[in-house]
Amino acid sequence: MTETTLAPAPRSTADIARAYRAAKAKRARRAALLKHVFLILASLVMIYPLLWMLASSLKPDNAIFGNLGLWPRQFEWGNYQQGWNALPVSFTSFFRNSIIVTVLSVIGNVISCSFAAYAFARLEFTGKTIWFALMMMTLMIPYHVVLIPQYLLFLQLGWVNTYLPLIVPKFLAGDAFFIFLMIQFFRQLPRELDEAAMIDGCSPFKIYWAIIMPLSLPAMATAAIFSFIWTWEDFLGPLVYLNNMEAYTVPLALRSFISTDGVSQYGPLFAMSVLSILPIVLFFVVFQRFIIRGIAMSGLK
Amino acid sequence: MASVTLSDVRKAYGPVEVIHGVNLDVKSGEFLVLVGPSGCGKSTLLRMIAGLEEITDGTIAIGDNIVNDLPASQRNLSMVFQSYALYPHMSVQKNLAFGLVNLRMPRDEIARRVAEAARILRIEELLERKPRQLSGGQKQRVAIGRAIVREPQLFLFDEPLSNLDAELRVQMRVELAGLYNRLGTTMIYVTHDQTEAMTMATRIVVLSKGHIEQVGTPYELYNFPANLFVASFIGSPKMNLLAAEAREDSAEIKGLGVLPLPPGLTARGPISVGVRPEHLQLAGGGDLSVGGTVTLVEYLGSEVFVYVQLADGRTLLAQAPGTAQHRIGDAVTLSLAAERAHYFDEKGLRLGPM
Repeated sequence: MTETTLAPAPRSTADIARAYRAAKAKRARRAALLKHVFLILASLVMIYPLLWMLASSLKPDNAIFGNLGLWPRQFEWGNYQQGWNALPVSFTSFFRNSIIVTVLSVIGNVISCSFAAYAFARLEFTGKTIWFALMMMTLMIPYHVVLIPQYLLFLQLGWVNTYLPLIVPKFLAGDAFFIFLMIQFFRQLPRELDEAAMIDGCSPFKIYWAIIMPLSLPAMATAAIFSFIWTWEDFLGPLVYLNNMEAYTVPLALRSFISTDGVSQYGPLFAMSVLSILPIVLFFVVFQRFIIRGIAMSGLK
Repeated sequence: MASVTLSDVRKAYGPVEVIHGVNLDVKSGEFLVLVGPSGCGKSTLLRMIAGLEEITDGTIAIGDNIVNDLPASQRNLSMVFQSYALYPHMSVQKNLAFGLVNLRMPRDEIARRVAEAARILRIEELLERKPRQLSGGQKQRVAIGRAIVREPQLFLFDEPLSNLDAELRVQMRVELAGLYNRLGTTMIYVTHDQTEAMTMATRIVVLSKGHIEQVGTPYELYNFPANLFVASFIGSPKMNLLAAEAREDSAEIKGLGVLPLPPGLTARGPISVGVRPEHLQLAGGGDLSVGGTVTLVEYLGSEVFVYVQLADGRTLLAQAPGTAQHRIGDAVTLSLAAERAHYFDEKGLRLGPM
């Protein structure tokens, strides 16, 4: 008599489905874990320089370049106080200078670029296509190419060593990028709004002021944020046009910490660097709300 | 209230002419509907009257004033747009008041007019809301409100109901008609929907390819279409059109037989005979009868549309009462009466009484 082996009891379909679901959930968990590990590592790489700067601003000079570790052995809060007054002119002046230049630049850019964009997007005038092409061409020209002719122009005007070369061009719709950004935004606003306003007795300026501008807060906020960041961070412009330390903006002042004789105060330098990025963060936090609110503000149909 | 006179009005975009010399008299207090297929120029014409579009040639007069060079805001008219064009960032109240504020009207007068418009259109409880918080029908009411607060001498409507669902459209149609009866102001209304045109208009202008095809009351357009275009455009479902050969007092319709022409009508040569579905009888009798097979039955409740294929393959559409019991495949006899048919000459122009 041969021994017969029993076939394994057939599993019910419910068991199979359960096992399948469990395996699937396990796979999904593993994938999610891997994804998060990768993303966290990548963000650490990105954020490390910032953290390093923050840590270095709290270390004594001799401990900064010694190791790659972030946590200071002793907190050198004095770097901030020392840095603020380390240069012949106090950082109070540099921040004031930067704020003057940046605020006026932002105002100038937002007003003048939105005017230009409104004209391109909505008004009819002779040579519109050519003017538009010319404006777009200025986008292709690097700043460094026009730097010298522009310098000579401002020299002739007697504007060198004043803030005028940094501010006045911003009131003349000089930044094609912002104009282009706003043109794209204005174009997606329905023309029937303009026409309704026209019948309601609005002049082209009133249409811009009462209809187009309030509806374009997201574009305006975007332009304002970028304009703020770029002007605040601008090093080359102030370097070329500002000669007196009293007139320096923050980036120029930071550069002054690096002395040519090799005796540099790195702790205070990083302390002031940390302070220099605070306004950008604050500005972004305040204005990014408008971007979100603007996106939520449709309701034409 | 004002009349509107268009004299030889033309519009060209570059070398392409889209409105070819339109002459039109809109009487004071009239509800005139411009109707036509898309691309016929009806909206362009309306926008030219509004002052949103420049005219290439001709004159437009509102009342006694030629307004060719007058900006839209000074023509004393209001316009309701297809997309409503409410200002999204303003409350309903501000939307209504915006035009009046621009006119520097005293505050209490603005408040009075806004309240009055809100009452007429029953949007009083919506005054503080933003347009995005309104339904389609409510937005449409606000858009109409914005037009009536100005108490203009002329209202222009550019397909105002086409964004609404069917039920709401019928309701708003009734309300608009009520508004017209109440205000009595001249209204020019553009639509591609002939039901809207037929139900609301004092007179209808049928446009095609930048030309006026016919101007008349809804009754005239339906019963006495001036040409083949109007005959086939007005009426739903469409009129059956049959090619025929006229011989003085009769016409031979190919594949159907000979139809005696009604008294007083004589013609020779090729003509077209048009018969509306409700005038095709699904029974014997009449002046001409022909047999066919039912290929499709559309039951609408109160009536039935029966598609009948003739021996030569052509399909005619007949309308029967809702109680009629026709099935696909049934053999039926269609008959028509000569005086119920419409006759058009070779060029498509109407023969017989206008």
